[in-house]
This record gives sequence, C-alpha cells and structure tokens, in this order.
Amino acid sequence: MTGFARRFRASCRSARPWLAVLGLSALLLAQRAAFPQIVGYPDAWTLPVAEAINRVMDGLVAQFQGVARAVSGGLNLAFSGVRALLIGSPWAVPVCLFCLIAWQGGGRRLALLTGALLLYILASGYWEPAMNTLALVLVALPLSILIGFGLGYLGFRSAHARRVILPMLDLMQTIPAFAYLIPILLLFGFGPVVGLIASVVFAVPPMVRNTILGFERIPPAVLESARMSGCSRPQQFAWAELPSALPQMLVGVNQTTMAALSMVIIAAIIGGFEDIGWAVLSAMRKAQFGQSLLSGAVIVVLAILLDRVTAAYAARQLPGASHAGLPLRRFAPVLAAALIAAFLAAQALPALRDWPAGLIHSPAQAINAATTGFVLAHGELMAALKNGVQFFLLLPVKLGFERAVVPFTWGITLTPGMKAAYWALAGLGCVLAFGRGRWKGGIAVLVVAGFLYFGATGLPWATVLLLTTLLAFQLGGIRLALLAGGAVVYLLVAGLWQQAMISVYLCSVAVFLCILLGGLIGIWAAASDTVSAIIRPINDMLQTLPQFVLLIPALMLFQVGDFTALLAIVAYAIVPMIRYTEHGLRSVPATLIDAGRACGCSAWQLFWQVRLPQSLPQILIGINQTVLYGLGMLVIAALVGTTGLGQAIYVALGEANAGAGLAAGLGMALIAMTADRLLQAVIRGRA
Amino acid sequence: MTSRAAPKLSVRNLWKIYGPNPRRIVSGAFRDMTHERRLEHVREARHFVAAADVSFDVHEGRIFVIMGLSGSGKSTVLRAVSRLDEPTCGQVFLDDTDLLTASPRALIEIRRRKMGMVFQSFGLLPHLDVMQNVAFPLKAQGLPRDRREARAREMIDLVGLKGRERSYPHQLSGGQQQRVGIARSLAVEPELWFLDEPFSALDPLIRAQMQDEFLRLQKQLHKTIVFVTHDFLEALKLADTICIMKDGEIVQIGAPAEIVLRPANAYVREFIGDVPLAHVLRAGDVMSPPRNDGRAHPSVPPEAILEDAIRLFGETTETVDVVGADGAVLGSLQPLQVIRSLHHDGPGPDR
Repeated sequence: MTGFARRFRASCRSARPWLAVLGLSALLLAQRAAFPQIVGYPDAWTLPVAEAINRVMDGLVAQFQGVARAVSGGLNLAFSGVRALLIGSPWAVPVCLFCLIAWQGGGRRLALLTGALLLYILASGYWEPAMNTLALVLVALPLSILIGFGLGYLGFRSAHARRVILPMLDLMQTIPAFAYLIPILLLFGFGPVVGLIASVVFAVPPMVRNTILGFERIPPAVLESARMSGCSRPQQFAWAELPSALPQMLVGVNQTTMAALSMVIIAAIIGGFEDIGWAVLSAMRKAQFGQSLLSGAVIVVLAILLDRVTAAYAARQLPGASHAGLPLRRFAPVLAAALIAAFLAAQALPALRDWPAGLIHSPAQAINAATTGFVLAHGELMAALKNGVQFFLLLPVKLGFERAVVPFTWGITLTPGMKAAYWALAGLGCVLAFGRGRWKGGIAVLVVAGFLYFGATGLPWATVLLLTTLLAFQLGGIRLALLAGGAVVYLLVAGLWQQAMISVYLCSVAVFLCILLGGLIGIWAAASDTVSAIIRPINDMLQTLPQFVLLIPALMLFQVGDFTALLAIVAYAIVPMIRYTEHGLRSVPATLIDAGRACGCSAWQLFWQVRLPQSLPQILIGINQTVLYGLGMLVIAALVGTTGLGQAIYVALGEANAGAGLAAGLGMALIAMTADRLLQAVIRGRA
Repeated sequence: MTSRAAPKLSVRNLWKIYGPNPRRIVSGAFRDMTHERRLEHVREARHFVAAADVSFDVHEGRIFVIMGLSGSGKSTVLRAVSRLDEPTCGQVFLDDTDLLTASPRALIEIRRRKMGMVFQSFGLLPHLDVMQNVAFPLKAQGLPRDRREARAREMIDLVGLKGRERSYPHQLSGGQQQRVGIARSLAVEPELWFLDEPFSALDPLIRAQMQDEFLRLQKQLHKTIVFVTHDFLEALKLADTICIMKDGEIVQIGAPAEIVLRPANAYVREFIGDVPLAHVLRAGDVMSPPRNDGRAHPSVPPEAILEDAIRLFGETTETVDVVGADGAVLGSLQPLQVIRSLHHDGPGPDR
C-alpha cells in the first residue's frame, strides 16, 4: 500500500496543471446555471471577423476585377475549345482520342477498358454532362501542373521559398473547398470558370509536393556524374534532373488529376452549369435517388478512367515498364489520322455521330422502386439501427449524458444516485490509475467522463481552451500551444464556437468509429491475404471516388440528418485507418516475431506485446490521416443537413458572403491543422 | 619519390573546412601559423577540417591511390580536386592550369575534354540505356549522334559489355553497371581519370575481377589516375603510389612496398597487420646485395612476389638470386632476412 500511496502522490504532482484546470472547470460548471456565458460564449465578446474579410474582399474585387475577368475570359475560351472538341464533334472522335491516349500510356488492355467505360457513359445517357466535366478537368489540369511544377521547383531550389510554400499548401488543402469558392465567385463571376479556377487551386498542392520530392530524391551521384560529364547548368537540368524526377512528378500528375476532378464535381454546387456534378446534386435535391446514383456512377467511371490513364503514364516511366508506346513524333501523326478517320466515318454513319437514343438505358425508375421497396420492407430494422446510433452514441457525445439520457431515448431518467455513481466510478478509475503511476491515464479517464457527461456542446469554452492549450504545450512545447490556443481563441472571437463544437462532435464520433472499425478490419486484413485482397480494391474505390458520391447511398437509405452524414464521413475516412493498420502490422520485421515466438509468447501476447507496439507509429499516422479526412468530408456532409461549420460555409456560399464563408472555412482549417500538429507531436514522441 | 618529369597533376596545400564561414578562417593570420596552430584555430572557431594542407603529385600514366577509413577526408580531396566541392583554399595544377581559379565556363570545358570520373554508386542515368549513358559526356560536348555512338560503342566493347548496348541500368548487375560507369568516364578520352571507391559496392569476387580488369585497361590506356579506396589490400594491388589519410591529413605517401616495409607510424602499421605480406612484397623490395659464393642459385625476377620466391628455398638452397630482365644479378634473398621482412612488427631490412 505504501507503494500505491507513493505513486499516487507522485502522479498528483505530475498532473498538477491538469488537476488545476479540471478543478476550475468543475467550479465553472457548478455556476453555469447562474451565468449562461460560461458555456455559450457571449456574442458581445466577438470581433467582426467576417465583416473585416468582406471589406478586404471588396477592396480586392474592386482592384483586381478587371484582371480577373480577363483571366476568366481567357479560360472560358480555352474551355469552350475543349468542350467543342468533346461535345461538338461526333462521339466517335473523343472516344477514339481517349482510347489512343490510353493505348499510348498503358497498352491494349487499358485502351479496351477506356473504350468500355466511355461506351458505358454513352449508354447511360449522361454523355454531355460527363464531357462538360471532363473538359473542365482537361483545362484545369495543365494549369495545375505548370503552376505546381513551377512552385515545386522553386521550393526545391530555395529553402526560403520552401518555408513560404509548404504552409501555403497546408492551408490550400485544409481550408474547405466550399470556402474559397466564394471569393473566386466574387472575383471571376458566375459560370463554369469558377469551378475551373477552384480546381486549379485545389489540385496544385500534390503536384508541388511530388515535384519537390522528385527533385530531392535524385541520387547525388547522378547529378555529380552529369557535372563531371561537363554539362552546363541548362543541360544538367534538361538531361539529368528533369528525367530523373519525372516518375515522381507523374505520380503527382495522377494525384493532381484526381484532385481536380473531385473539385470540379464539388464546384457544381454553385450551379448554373450542366456538368455531371450538377446532375447528381439536382437529382439528390429532388430526392430522385435512382438518377443521382446513376449519375454518381458516371462520376465513378470518370474517376477510374482518369486515374488509370494517368497512373499508366506514371508507371511507364518506372524501370522495368513493359509498355513503352510510340515515340511522340510517330504517335502524333497516328493520332491525327485516327481522329480524321473517326470524323469521316461519323459523317457516313450517323450512329457514330449521335449516340442512338434506343441504346440509352436508364434503370433509374427501377432503382427508385427497389429502394422504396427495400426501405418499406426493412424500415423498422433500419430505423432501429439509426435510432440506436443516434440515441446511444451521437446524442451523448453532442449533448452529454445529462441531457441525452431521458425516457424518450434511453427509457430511463438520470437520477441523482446514478449521477453520483457515475462520478464515483470516474473518480475511482482516476485514483486507481494514479496509484499505479499512470497519471496520464487517470487524467484521460476524468476528461472523457466529463466530455461524455456534459457533451461537446455543454462544455465551458474556457475548459476547452485551457485543456487544448495544456495538451499542446505538453506535447509540443510553446509553439504548438500557441497554435492550439490561438485556434480556439479564433473560433471564440469569430463567433463560431457553437458551430465548431458541433463539428468537433460529429467528427470525433466518426473518427472514433473509424479507428475502431478500421483498426479491426486492418488487423483482419493483416492476418488474412484473402481479406486483404478483397479490401484493397474497395479502399481504392472509396478513395478515388469524388467525395459527395459517398453521400448518395447513405442518403437513399437513411434520409437527411447526422446519422447519414456520419455514415458518409466514416466511409471516406476509414480508408487510411485500414491501410495504415494493415501496412504497419504487415511490416513488423519477421525476426522480431520469431524472437517473440522463441520467448514463448502466445498468439495473443505476440499481438499485444510485439506486433502492436511495433506498428504503432504507422497506426498513428493512419489515425492522423483519418482525422484530416474526416474533417474534410464533414464540410461535404453538410449537404445532407448537418449543422456546424460545414453548414455555415454552405449557407455563406448560398448568400455569396465571402466573409462568413472564409471565416468559417478558416475555422475548419485551424481545427484540422491543430489536430494534425497534435497527432504529429504524438507520433514524434513515439518515434 | 622520383621526379623524372613535371607532374601531370599537382595538388598544393589544399584545405577543405566546413562551417558557417570557412573562407574567413583561412584569411589573414592563418598563412603565418604553424600547422598545429592552424588546426587549433579552426577548432576554436567551431569549424570542421575535412582536408588539412594536402599536397601531392601524380605523374603521367601513374596510379595514385588515396587510402583511408571513412571520415579520413579521402573523398573530400578527390571531390575538391575535381571541384565537385569547392576547396577552401589551395592550388590544383593540371599541367600548368590552376583548376581552382578556372572560370565556370573553363571548368565545364576541362570536364568535357580532360576529366573522367567513376562513382561508388555508379551515378548512371536511370532513363538512359547503356549506349546513351556512355555517350552522355559526348552529348554534352555537342558531338553529333553517329560519332558519339561510334565512340561509345568502342568503349562498351572495351569494358566487355558488347551486346548490352540497349539495356537499361536497372537490368544490369552491380558489376555491369560499374562497367558502364567506367566506359562513360573513358568516353571523352580524359587525361585525368578519377575513381571514387569504384568497386566498394560490389561483391568480393566481382571486386577482384574488376580490379584485374582495371589493371588491364590501364596497361592499354596509360591514364593519369587518382583512385580513392578504403580497402588497404586494394590499394596495395593497384597503386603505383599510395597516400594514406587520417582526420583530413596525409599520414604517409609512398610506393606500396615502402609503406609496408617502413610504416610511418603506429596507425599505418595497424593496416599492415592484416596484410599477407608474402603476397604483397616483391623480391626486389626486400633483396640484399648479390651474394657470390661460387655456386649456382635458383633465380626470380624482381617483381616476383615473395610467396613464389620462398618456394625455391630447399634443403640445400640458402640463396635465391634476383635477376633482372637483362640477366644481370640485381641482388639475393636469404631465408632469415625474408622471414624478418615477413614479420609484421619486426624491424625492416634497413633497420
């Protein structure tokens, strides 16, 4: 017992700042009935952030509108040109074009796949919106690649430039895309060009990163042998550096393409243009699930198409590639000849010019009927599932046990005795942990107990501020504490507190589920090659799908609401958790496992004491990614009627209110960056 | 050292110092300090010496091997001489031109025409095939395609890769890749041939094979060579002159036998401890004056290794003559003195 007492005292000493914050929080909570501003941050203490942004924005618009409109005009011209080629010419021409490009990159099988996918789009009846989307991607892509390459090379050559560029990339990728649609809208005016520019902005970062990586990874001996061969600086760049960095840069092109596509789809939300994203959205709004599912499938087809073709070009550059294609100076005439042939054939055969209406097959009605039938047949079960998750998971996290546990939901009322027992249990857990010298565990028990009892929206803001800052300080020192504390203060003074906590609530539930389910699936996949082989393509698909396609099936089955959003977020954010868990477990060195076995570990011990600790760094990276994916998807999920920051951005978009949208978007980005840096600090501490 | 003609490559007082401001360290009073004081001065300024006051000459057609362990500064010297890294101060003369004052344009020209370099990690361009890799320096020179391919083909034949012209580096073994590296470095017919641990990344068997190949090439080509290695046996096998380095300074310069028989200090002696001396020393290295006792002795040429000479001692034979190519008796070997020279820590024949 003396050991227990000694360790308990030591734990209390270590945990002193935490106990102080928790004590203060208890005081605040005791007084919250008398002072409502303890939980709800008072409006009077906020600053007009949105208004300030609007004023700056007005200035910018006045200053740069002329230039912006000129740029927009130029882009429109390019876009119309590409569009004329894809839609204005007989369908046989673009099909022939893409098949040949696919063949050049990946050989006969890829060409056949491309042909089949394009024929599917034609047969689905969504050819024109799909080609509109493709045209936007094809115009955005070269711009993103050029800008990305330029910035990347600059970042590679100059450490100063890199210090500016890298944080900028973080911001570009963490600010929700909806948020910067608004200023683009104000600057460039309505129309497809907005989506185009937004997707250029969104798609640049992967290109920059891969360019930097590609150049950094050139072996020094390659550069030195070029120098010793007497290359001048331009020769060295063109003959040694560029070709050596090219494979990695093409990986960047692949990622950039997918990002551009997903942004073009998201940008459909501003409407006014007949692209495939709009087809999905308008169908979703009219509750035509069959139509939205079918047009969503077309997006999937486009995504697969772009992914496979660009990936093939990247793979072709790697050593050992089997398919080389034709040299460019022979490929170009072949392509031209084939296109002219296709055009002439279409003049002779009208079926090659306009896809025959009889060959369009749309099972939308059948899907609608089947969905209705399914919902009718299994309505009770699904309602039970939905209500179960909502009552026993979502509500407690959002409102806390004290408000969630009512007869309507749990069938019981929280009596004072039960409350006392709850807190006694939490206190006991903490004391036991302290006594075993695990003060961090003890504090965690108290924090989680408080979080669940009062709910994300019932915590005093001062508690959240202090706990976040303290955690950041202990994990990463003063700089991290400044970032984390600053983020919370920003959310408070910008008047976004309520929405932010709702976002945090939804995201934390989703991340919790992702870690649990994704971790289990990852463990299973690491143990079984069959499971791994089944999971991999599903993961690939979930990740390449433009995000809001994931909303469709959830929406079809469960209507609007937090539960639907939760499903969509989990579907999207679970992927990295599965991948990194499996990868981490599989990459534990065989010698360590042999050593464990030789020491007489059971399978269970082997897992807990060898495999899991060894793969923890990888798993933590997976969790980090999952959190960022979850926050990213949160904004998209606002489309199905969640509240929180996502909705704030969405509403601002509707009103073209740049200030409100950017203020909320910045809030979202700050939450994401804080979460990211905190987890990074944990990972560094483990490494 | 012999000083028949002016050296082809002459390195004078070369320093390479790392730190925030190495140039300032070597300016001013540095010139007048003693060597020890200079080293201290650099250390006090929290800089790091990678090469300290290195001077040596390499004569035309000779193989000069710089030997040292990692961190000894051997690669630093080679990289400074080739100006892959700028040395802090010193002079490097190729014939009469000081390479260190050459303008960037002049340096490119020198590299294009006069230097070839082989790297430990090969440094082949992954996107080019064997032919294109070997022809690469010629492309930099601006030679038309047919001429550079003809020349590259010659080089590929020379290193024994005929038939692999269209292979890519990743399809070749390590030894083959280094053959490409060698062919490329020879493509411009350089006067100076630099090799930076060229065989260190290879398996022992391949390494021995490549060393033999290297000696065969040199017999044909007579390049002026600076060869860097951490392998003392490799140095003994290849070198005309060995330069042993430690902590950025030259410990000893000499012919292989000189180093083995008269190590400058304990550090050098430690290397020799591992060496099977009977394989390394030659009859001419350890012979004593001719002994004329009226009897006929078995004879060996002066370049025969001791191992072969020892076999000639028998029940009755106590003297082996060392006979030059013209038949003149240059000296003789006696068992006791041979045994002494093979004893690592023992006094050399002159002591």
